[in-house]
Amino acid sequence: MSLDKILVGLFGLLGIVFTYWFFLMKKEKPVNVASEIDITVSGGYSPEVISIPLAKTTKINFTRTDPTDCLSEVVLSDFRIKKELPLNKKVTIEITPEKAGEFKFTCGMNMYHGKIIVR
Amino acid sequence: METKKTFPIKGMHCASCVRVIEKSLSEVAGVSSATVNLATEQASVTYDPKIVTDQVLSSAVEGVGYKAELEQKLKTDMEQKEEKKKELSKLRNKVVFSLVLGGVVVAGGFLGMPAWMQLVLAAPVQFWAGLEFYKATIPALKHRTANMDTLVAIGTSVAFGYSAFVTVFPDVIRKVGVEPAPYFDVSTIIIGLILLGRYFEAKAKAGTSEAIKRLIGLQAKTARVVKDGQEIDIPISEVSAGMVIRVRPGEKIPVDGEILEGESSIDESMVTGESIPVDKAKGDSVVGATLNKTGTFTFQATKVGRDTLLSQIIKLVEEAQSSKAPIQRLADLISSYFVPVVIMLAIATFVLWYVVGPQPAFLFAMLNMVAVLIIACPCAMGLATPTAIMVGTGIGAEKGILIKDAESLETAHKVNTVVFDKTGTLTNGKPVVTDVLVQSAKFKVQSVLQAAASLEKGSEHSLAEAIVNKAEEEKIDLKKVEKFKAIPGHGVEGLIEGKKVVLGNRRLMQREKIQINEKEIEKLENEGKTVMMLGVNGKLAGLIAVADTLKTSSKEAVNKLQKMGIEVAMITGDNKRTAQAIAAQVGIKRVLAEVLPDEKEKEVKKLQTEGKRVGFVGDGINDAPALAVSDVGIAMGSGTDVAIEAGDITLINKDLSSVASAINLSKKTMRTIKLNLFWAFGYNIILIPVAMGILYPVFQVLMSPILASAAMALSSISVVSNSLLLKKYKI
Repeated sequence: MSLDKILVGLFGLLGIVFTYWFFLMKKEKPVNVASEIDITVSGGYSPEVISIPLAKTTKINFTRTDPTDCLSEVVLSDFRIKKELPLNKKVTIEITPEKAGEFKFTCGMNMYHGKIIVR
Repeated sequence: METKKTFPIKGMHCASCVRVIEKSLSEVAGVSSATVNLATEQASVTYDPKIVTDQVLSSAVEGVGYKAELEQKLKTDMEQKEEKKKELSKLRNKVVFSLVLGGVVVAGGFLGMPAWMQLVLAAPVQFWAGLEFYKATIPALKHRTANMDTLVAIGTSVAFGYSAFVTVFPDVIRKVGVEPAPYFDVSTIIIGLILLGRYFEAKAKAGTSEAIKRLIGLQAKTARVVKDGQEIDIPISEVSAGMVIRVRPGEKIPVDGEILEGESSIDESMVTGESIPVDKAKGDSVVGATLNKTGTFTFQATKVGRDTLLSQIIKLVEEAQSSKAPIQRLADLISSYFVPVVIMLAIATFVLWYVVGPQPAFLFAMLNMVAVLIIACPCAMGLATPTAIMVGTGIGAEKGILIKDAESLETAHKVNTVVFDKTGTLTNGKPVVTDVLVQSAKFKVQSVLQAAASLEKGSEHSLAEAIVNKAEEEKIDLKKVEKFKAIPGHGVEGLIEGKKVVLGNRRLMQREKIQINEKEIEKLENEGKTVMMLGVNGKLAGLIAVADTLKTSSKEAVNKLQKMGIEVAMITGDNKRTAQAIAAQVGIKRVLAEVLPDEKEKEVKKLQTEGKRVGFVGDGINDAPALAVSDVGIAMGSGTDVAIEAGDITLINKDLSSVASAINLSKKTMRTIKLNLFWAFGYNIILIPVAMGILYPVFQVLMSPILASAAMALSSISVVSNSLLLKKYKI
């Protein structure tokens, strides 16, 4: 096998390992929320993982700054909420979780994910 | 009775604002307490709703220079609509731009257009029309996430980057033994086709939420309020409960209320799905957003803003459309790993073709890698379930079938047994006295009725009302009852003029050891009547037969379900014979009779242990436990006080045949979802390996990246269109 093929093989393998590590092995630290949190929607959600108190109403303010169509909706299906997020406009969602656990929120097509941890 | 209301206040800056508003609100007559929170910018007021209206509260706040937002508007989404429209036309321009330039590049390639000219044409497509792919990719990468746009951005960048390189440095490429041919056609056409797909997808997706938009559009804009003998038109948002409103023929009724004066025929089809106009007169309730046809009337607003039936329906449908069907879980799981896996597969494709592929290895490797990146379509998987749920719940709402969530819609298609509650569901629930038979020489028809009605006056049982009504009709004076007691499942007892009087069923007579005449009772029961036995001082005095009338739609509803192969049962507290007589009239064979109200739930569970999937049809108030325990609880609505939350499905059109329609709708929706998922999964499972070149060793077939982009554009459009096809089905 020629050198270029060996190199391509090697870099390819590295690329696959890197892709796996980069996308699938990330760990987000949850942000503790007392009663209100601003989430910026741009290429995902920042912060992505929030931790909110049980049985208390938490306000989540989404502001989308990214024109990507996919992000134009946010879905909190466990709370039966689906909201349009107009560009650069603050949209407030209030939730009062009744049980502890981890709940996902996603964009309309389930490509971007965030997590709500109820403590 | 006092109520408490919390509403937002606009314009507060400091703690002194709080005190000013609190003081102003507390000074309103009828307000017992008012607190204002600066942090949440909200006021909580406890007041007497008979004295205080929303208007009074809002003027008290406005009087001191702030604004109270007592009623949030339903959604004035004109702005949003405009924004969407603009986005869509911008997208269309980009599609035309990139396809025209792409076409020129393709033609130029055949006609020997110089590479640098192709670069000039392809660059604006890549960086202007394709800008949104980069715009979405870069922030996503910062979050270490990837999506559809990431794949398109990488794919087209590779094709464009390589082409630009061979255009600028053709000698370098030649040196490694590759003919320096650019692939600008690939990069431009891919962007054009994917944007085209997106354009059609956006248009089709707008169709899936039509039902909710239509419901929102039903809302009246103004109301003609009668005040101090004058009539003025005010915006609907300013209408508060208690106001008197006049409605003329052909006008929309603005909010929910109760008719004070006048009568009319009202078309409620747009809200409840009930097709025949309903005649209404003084004391009847009217539903906001329905159409007044013939008469003029005034009514008092009882529910406004988000409390109206229409607002509740909109809220429920919106919530249902935001919920997730269990069938979606697998698609969700896969789509969260999908894009990174495709990137890894694309790298593997490049390596394999480079290392073991034919010459020119680099070109094969690159083009196949681009094809893999482009053909993968996670969107179709993401759209498969939600679009169908949106269309399905929307169709339901238009026909007066409200579905609580996606899970209910999914479960309903598995129902193989439907249990109808008898009273109030199969029947009108308003029994009337049909026979009064005297059983003792000491009594007359009059005195039997008198004793029974006196006793039942204090009871809340539906049969009691029939007896009391009958006594009123006959103008019989009622006697005073002492020591009244209701014995659940048996009847009632009490003392009248010192005599112990009991009224109830056989069980009660057994308990009281009263001899009864079975023959006569049986005869009445065989006619489907419920027989109440009156015992006085331990002796049978008389029999009162009461019958409930069947609803006109009952027979057809049962028939429809049976034709669908669903077993139909009836549940009732009546004795077996009465129950069977009624059941026979509508064609029901399985009868669950003599079931006490709190045992209905157990009967449903019993059926479930037989392996049946049970749909329970009852009213939302009395049957709540049975509705909850059944696989699908179907609550019948009535008037404006619909207990919408009670069932998994609520039939606000009051039409029993809608039970079959709801199950049918569920079946059709599930079929659409399954087809969508099959298509979305199948598409990726089959075409990704083809793009990787799996067919090459045997058939020498490869997927061109341009074909890949066309297939990918078609796949999400086809999924959304398939969901829209649901609208064509008759349920």
